[in-house]
Amino acid sequence: MRARTLILAACVLLLAAMPALATLLGQPFYIDLLRRVMIFAIAAASLNLILGYGGLVSFGHAAYLGVGGYAVGILAFYGVHNGWLQWAVAIVASALVALAIGAVSVRTRGIHFIMITLAFTQMLYYLGVSVEEFGGDDGMRLKAKSRFSGLIDLDDPVAFYYLVLVLLLAVIYLVHRLVNSRFGMVLRAAKSNEARSRAIGFSPYPYQLTAFVISGALCGLAGALLANHTAYITPAFMEWTRSGEIMFMVILGGMGTVPGPALGAFALLIVEDLLAGWTQHWQIVLGPLLVLSVLFFRRGLAGLLPGGGRNG
Amino acid sequence: MNLILVFEQLLNGVQFGVMLFLMAAGLTLVFGIMNLVNLAHGSLYMVGAYLTVAAVQWTGSYPLGVLLGLLGTLVVGMLVEVVALRTLYERDHLDQVLATFGLILFFNELIAIVWGRAALYTSLPSYLQGFIEIIPGSIYPVYRALVIGVGLLVGAVLWYVVAKTRLGMLIRAGASNRTMVAALGVNIRLLYTVVFGFGAALAGLAGLMAGPIYAVQPGMGELILIQVFVVIVIGGIGSIRGALVGALIVGMVDTLGRAFLKPLLGHVISPPAADAAGPALASILIYLLMALVLAARPEGLFPAKSG
Amino acid sequence: MRTPARILAAVFAAASLLIAPLAAAQQKIKIGFITTLTGPAGIIGKHMKDSVELALDHLGNKMGGVPVEVIFGDDQFKPDVGVQVAEEMLKKHQVDIVSGVIWSNVMLAVVPVVTGAGKVMVGTNAGASPLAGKLCHPQFFSTSWNNDQTPEAMGKFLQDQGVNDIYVMAPNYQAGKDMVAGFKRYYKGRIVEEVFTTMGQQDYQAEITQLRARSPKAAFVFYPGGMGVQFVRQYFQAGLRDRIPLYSVFTVDETTLPALKEAALGQYEAKFWSPDLEVPASKRYVADFRKKYGYTPAFYGAQSYDGMMLIDSAVRINKGSLADTKAVVAALRKADYDSIRGPFKWNVNQFPIQDFFLLRAEKGGPDGVQMKIQKKVFDDHKDSYYQDCKMAW
Repeated sequence: MRARTLILAACVLLLAAMPALATLLGQPFYIDLLRRVMIFAIAAASLNLILGYGGLVSFGHAAYLGVGGYAVGILAFYGVHNGWLQWAVAIVASALVALAIGAVSVRTRGIHFIMITLAFTQMLYYLGVSVEEFGGDDGMRLKAKSRFSGLIDLDDPVAFYYLVLVLLLAVIYLVHRLVNSRFGMVLRAAKSNEARSRAIGFSPYPYQLTAFVISGALCGLAGALLANHTAYITPAFMEWTRSGEIMFMVILGGMGTVPGPALGAFALLIVEDLLAGWTQHWQIVLGPLLVLSVLFFRRGLAGLLPGGGRNG
Repeated sequence: MNLILVFEQLLNGVQFGVMLFLMAAGLTLVFGIMNLVNLAHGSLYMVGAYLTVAAVQWTGSYPLGVLLGLLGTLVVGMLVEVVALRTLYERDHLDQVLATFGLILFFNELIAIVWGRAALYTSLPSYLQGFIEIIPGSIYPVYRALVIGVGLLVGAVLWYVVAKTRLGMLIRAGASNRTMVAALGVNIRLLYTVVFGFGAALAGLAGLMAGPIYAVQPGMGELILIQVFVVIVIGGIGSIRGALVGALIVGMVDTLGRAFLKPLLGHVISPPAADAAGPALASILIYLLMALVLAARPEGLFPAKSG
Repeated sequence: MRTPARILAAVFAAASLLIAPLAAAQQKIKIGFITTLTGPAGIIGKHMKDSVELALDHLGNKMGGVPVEVIFGDDQFKPDVGVQVAEEMLKKHQVDIVSGVIWSNVMLAVVPVVTGAGKVMVGTNAGASPLAGKLCHPQFFSTSWNNDQTPEAMGKFLQDQGVNDIYVMAPNYQAGKDMVAGFKRYYKGRIVEEVFTTMGQQDYQAEITQLRARSPKAAFVFYPGGMGVQFVRQYFQAGLRDRIPLYSVFTVDETTLPALKEAALGQYEAKFWSPDLEVPASKRYVADFRKKYGYTPAFYGAQSYDGMMLIDSAVRINKGSLADTKAVVAALRKADYDSIRGPFKWNVNQFPIQDFFLLRAEKGGPDGVQMKIQKKVFDDHKDSYYQDCKMAW
């Protein structure tokens, strides 16, 4: 267990030192690349809460990236650049959307849950594409990054990087605490044996719905960050293939583990970037890599760490 | 809106539904019996289309090309099952999702490397290019009528196999209780490979039939995959009957929605609003349908597993 | 197996970080070219990439006597990946200038990144209207067109022909709506119906049946990529080709003709360029392209070839350097090169002022079916957004 903590701590330190390292090597691009990876790691961590620990396979998580992103974008469109307000709206709006979708979906199970969440995301996507006011699928520019009353300047790539890093760690910690609380116990119990948890007297529905809402809200935060990072918001944020990518990060990294989502996000996006720089046929390499990783890394990448991929 | 138009659109809906059925039948069998979520089903559809186009060009004969294409897809399917998918049966659905997604990437790129990214040229043999008059005043392309015919025939054959043969009995037994079937001494491995091959052949058939009318290009399978999943969810997992009914319903709702929703809406709300809402609503109609069906019957219309 | 794998991964990551700076600082012109190389739209990227490489061949891999290197990036049809690729080119590869981009949404996201970094962008396809109007920028040039110009040309042609009762169809997304809006800007006749279909839809039988039932005199459609192959093929299979003439934009071109062949015969398109355009630079481009690659280039490629030649002219004027952005802008504004469209003129928004033609798919040519220019529709056409552009030069 200690070796595992040391390795993870080393990774965090490496991430923290990245901007300095990158500037030293004259490669400031890596600050942007890793920032994007970390934003998706936040999205993956949020999904891990309900997918990894709750067993709820939401194929519609990209919807919250879109809701969060558009919350920031639409407010900026109307001249509201206050970051506190924008991000609060992003989180609350995502929570509300998750509540609406979850109220209907959480009653279903298995493949049906997957399909319903997918269906809702498709609907949101087509809605985004049809609404011309905010650019339709051309998307909309973010006129100015979110402003935080002088506390932090998001136009400074390094400051933005550290903000995302801090938020990533905070989200991972939050999920970790949630999962190990009484609330989390019920959630995990419902995942492993629903009948038994009902028999003890817990109805899983309210717990799962709450987890679903929290998960959506956190992903909305990732959406707000992504909007600021790209300075552009499009319905493509909500494509079902995007949901699939986030899911893959969680699965690849190791479901129901603390470092899993971050590991998965890093592995998938960085390997993609490296391969794409090497050959335009990178998908023919990535595909079998994914298959092999599933066949051999039974508990995902987190399972490679000392201490195994056990929950914690 | 005259009756002939409505009839033609109904026919269009049936034809689209039949294509979905061919894809859905294979997918629901594999999911129901082997409990395998196979995202790469769309890739087998693509392989079927490509192999057939290549075979037709090579042999110069459409029927021969079709046969070779089908056999080729069957072989590819069984190969994929033996090489990549065997170990996934016991694994979590999500692991299957990730692995089969990897297969999608692999196949798309492989096809792109061999045949290029541009859509392929396909054409129908001249004897399939005409029109038939099903009811007076309405002409319908021969090929599409053929698609309907083939689809319904396949449906009938599948029904016969599943309901009346020993293999079908094993399939039905496997869908409702896999462990029991294995315990009873059936060679489950062989059964799985055969069923997967069946599913692949069905997907390949859908692909080769789609070839002349849709664009044959890398990634063509993913475009239709979501709709196929909607079909099997509505129809009920593991059920061929569900796949057929689900496919026909989805095909009809989608087609009729695209054709008549805007004009119908125009009667209820103002025409400019209908102009904007109509197309948007038509795109999400099948998802709304699915949500409704699941709200009423969460297991789908004809679930294979009882209880 | 566990620990060594992680060490390997860490080493790999560190190595790739360090290898990059080794791209040493010899005097070189570096151009970043962003396009879509994977996925169904990869064919467009192929036309563009092959054209860029042919341009380099024609230039002897040098611009203004200085060796030139083009770094290609794949935006995967996603704006945020496009932004990442642009950042990678600017910060990691330190390109002198950025070019390319097929899609309007990617373009709108990428342009601020490039101009914000103090560099110039030469767009070679996407012609999003805001960039021609309110968002025009001295550091953004386009060798293609504004998105609306092409449908405007088709609209003008049909208006001049006095054709009434036209059935309009397009996919339900921003570009689709823009095409229809552009068409209606010049076409004032009677439109029977405007039908917007789902993005990525494959089967148009239902819509074609509706179309046939309304008996329009002509149909105007916009169906790019795979959607076009499907729509045109199904239109042809429904037997409507001879009964209701089909006029389209961005639907039938050299990226989709090989898939359609005889199904496309008789189709009308509007465009600023065609492989058979009688301009020496264009003929040379098409002939050498066919010789080198064995297929006929589409307008995406012609625009990209033009982009490279335009950049070359700027490098020559600036004596082999693109370092001074103001000087680059001034040089690009001169447009002192032989464009594939003939004499080249800039509009104030740094989009070309150009002619537009009516094309028709006819039998003949090395591929069996080819697009041939029928007549000129617009002379020196300006787009409809330049008045919103406040640049003065």
